[in-house]
Amino acid sequence: MLEIRNLHASIAGKEILNGVDLTIRDGEIHALMGTNGAGKSTLSNVIVGHPAYEVTQGTITFNGQDLLAMKTEERATAGIFMSFQQPIEIPGVSMQQFMRAAVNARRKALGKEELKATDFLKMMRERRKLVEIDSKLVNRSVNEGFSGGEKKRNEIFQMAMLEPTFCILDETDSGLDVDALRIVAEGFNRLRTDETSALVITHYQRLLDYIHPDFVHVLLDGRIVKSGGPELAQEIEDRGFDWIKEKQ
Amino acid sequence: MNSAQQYIDLYASQRDLICHHSAPVMNAVRDAAMEQFQQRGFPSLKEERYRYTDVTKAFAPDYGVNLNRVQVPINPREVFRCDVPNLSTHLAYVVNDQPLFERDIPYVSSLRQACIDHPELVVKYYNKAATGLALLNTALAQDGLFVYVPKNQHMERPLQVLNLLRSGVDMMVNRRVLIVLEEGADATLLLCDHAMDRVLFLTTQVIEVFCADRSRLDLYELEETHTRCRRFSNLHVHVGSDCVVSHNSITLYNGLTRNTTDVVLDGERSEITLNGCVVADKRQHVDNNTLVDHRAPSCTSRQLYKYVVDEEAVGAFAGKMLVRKDAQKTDSKETNANLCAATTARIYTQPMLEIYADDVQCSHGSTVGVLDEQALFYMQQRGISADEARLLLKFAFVGQVIDSIRLEPLRERLHYLVEKRFRGELNKCTGCALCK
Repeated sequence: MLEIRNLHASIAGKEILNGVDLTIRDGEIHALMGTNGAGKSTLSNVIVGHPAYEVTQGTITFNGQDLLAMKTEERATAGIFMSFQQPIEIPGVSMQQFMRAAVNARRKALGKEELKATDFLKMMRERRKLVEIDSKLVNRSVNEGFSGGEKKRNEIFQMAMLEPTFCILDETDSGLDVDALRIVAEGFNRLRTDETSALVITHYQRLLDYIHPDFVHVLLDGRIVKSGGPELAQEIEDRGFDWIKEKQ
Repeated sequence: MNSAQQYIDLYASQRDLICHHSAPVMNAVRDAAMEQFQQRGFPSLKEERYRYTDVTKAFAPDYGVNLNRVQVPINPREVFRCDVPNLSTHLAYVVNDQPLFERDIPYVSSLRQACIDHPELVVKYYNKAATGLALLNTALAQDGLFVYVPKNQHMERPLQVLNLLRSGVDMMVNRRVLIVLEEGADATLLLCDHAMDRVLFLTTQVIEVFCADRSRLDLYELEETHTRCRRFSNLHVHVGSDCVVSHNSITLYNGLTRNTTDVVLDGERSEITLNGCVVADKRQHVDNNTLVDHRAPSCTSRQLYKYVVDEEAVGAFAGKMLVRKDAQKTDSKETNANLCAATTARIYTQPMLEIYADDVQCSHGSTVGVLDEQALFYMQQRGISADEARLLLKFAFVGQVIDSIRLEPLRERLHYLVEKRFRGELNKCTGCALCK
C-alpha cells in the first residue's frame, strides 16, 4: 500500500527526516514511536502533503502511484486520512458543509455520484454513533468550541465518513482521558477492514492496548532505527528510548 | 477642471425642464441646493470622509440624463424577476429614476404623487439633511419613492423595490427615497440594485428616513450590478426615542460604490444596527462611510461591516461614533473585519470614536486578515480542493453578517447568492431573463 524509500525532508531549511524507509502492506497496522523532535509528525505531514515541508530526496508510492507528485487533496481523495494531533477550528464553516464537500470529493475520485442531501444526513447520523458524538456537535462549526476529547472523536467521525484505506493517527491519544481514548480507539477498530492500513504515532503503550499494531518502529533523529513486533512497544514502555540510542 | 462644472452648467441650462417634470415642493429647494453645491463642488480626496473614493473622477464622464422623463420602454416584470423564494412582498420598480407601480401598494407612492397627497409631509421632511453629494441629487432629482406609515400602523408585507438601470447610452440616474414612520409605525424595505445594460451608469441616491418615537424599521439594500456602475448613496436616518432600526447593506457585485450612512439618534433608548457585507474582486471598489451621532441618552448602536476583497479590488470602511455630552449611558460598538484574499487587493479601514459623555460603553475595532492556512490545509487533507476550501472560508467569513438578517427567506437567499458570487457564477444578476 505505502512504500517510503530513503525519504529526506526539511522544514524552513532544517532537515528533519534523513533517510526513512518504511513499507506498509494492505491491512497492516504500524506503530511509530520516538522521542519529541524525532520527526514523527514530519513524516506524517510529508505523507499527507503539508505545504510547509519540502522533500529533498527519496520517494513515496501509494498503491503504485507517485504520492509526492499528488496534491494534498488528491492524496486525501485517493484514500489517505490523517487524524490531526491538534484538529483545526474553522469558525463559520459548519460540520455539515465541511463533511459534505469532503465526502463528495472522495466519491468523485472513486467515480461515484454525489450523495443526495437526505442520504448524506442519514450517513452522518449513522456514523456519528460510532464515536458517540452528540448531534449538537455536528451542527456546529468545525471543531469550534469542542473540547480536546470531542475534537479527537470528531477526527474519527470524519474518518468514518470518508472511509479511507490508509490512516495516520498522529498522537490521537494525547490529551484524552481513559474513557475518551477507549471510545476513539474502539471507533477506529470498528472502521477497520482487511484492506485498511494505518500508521499510529504515539509516545505511549496505552493506545496500543486498544489498537494492536503488527509492527512497531522507533524513529530517532529522522531515521527508523529499530523495528519489531508489538513486544517492542512494551519494551519501550518499560525501558524508555535511551537503550536504543545507546546501541546506535 | 473640476468635473462639477458640467453639472452646474447642466442645471443652469435645464432648470426649467427639470422643474417642469417634477413637483413644486421638490422644485422649491432646488436652487438653494445647487447654490450650495456650486460653492463646494465635489468633495476632494483631501476631505476626511472622502479619502478613499475619487468622486471627481467618477462624475467626470459625459453621462446622459433623462430630464425629459422619457419612459424607458420596458415591462420590468417581463424582463426581470428578482426572486426571494418564500418571501411575500409588495413589489415596486424604479426604472433608472422613475418609479413604476403595477398596482397600489399600501403606504407607498411616488414622490410626485406625495407632493399632491401629503404636501405638508414632503415639505416637512424632504431634503432636511442633505449635504455634499446629496445636494446635487436634490438639484437634479425629479421624482422618487415616498413611504409613509402613519401612527401605530404596520406594514404587513415587506416592500421590495427593484432599482433597474436600463439605457443604451452612458447614463446618470438620480434616485430619491423619503421614508416617514410616525409614532409606533413599522416597516420593512428591501431595495435591490440591478443593471440591465453594459453602459456606464452613474447613480446618485438619497434616502431620507424619519423614525418617530417607538417606530421600527428594517431596511435592506442589495447591490448586484456590474463593473461599469458607479453608485453614490447617501442614507440619512433620523431616529426618535424607543425605536429599533436596522440597515443591512450588501454589495455583491458592483463597479464603484460609495455608501454614506449618517444616523442621528435624537431620542432616548433607541437601537440602531448597521451591518454591511462586501464581496469584491476584479477592480471593484467599495467604500462604506458611516457616522452614528448619539445625541440622546441610553441608545445602543451596533455596526458590523465585513469585507472579502480579492484580485485588485479596493475595500474601504470609515466609521465614526460620535457621543455627545448629553448622550450618557450610550452603548456603542463598531466592528470592521476584512479578509484580503490576494496581495494585490487593498483594504483601508478607519474606525473612529469621539466621546464627550463620561458614562458610556463604547468600543471599536478593525481587523485585516488573510485566509487561514491551517484551515485550508485541514480541509485539503479531507479531500476538499484548494479552491473549494478558500471558498468555504470566504463564505464563512461574511456569513456572520448575513446570519444577522431578520427576514429568514432573505437570509437564505443571500446565503445562496453569496455562495454563487464566490463561485464566480454571479457575473450578472441571478434569476433574470437577461442572463439566459
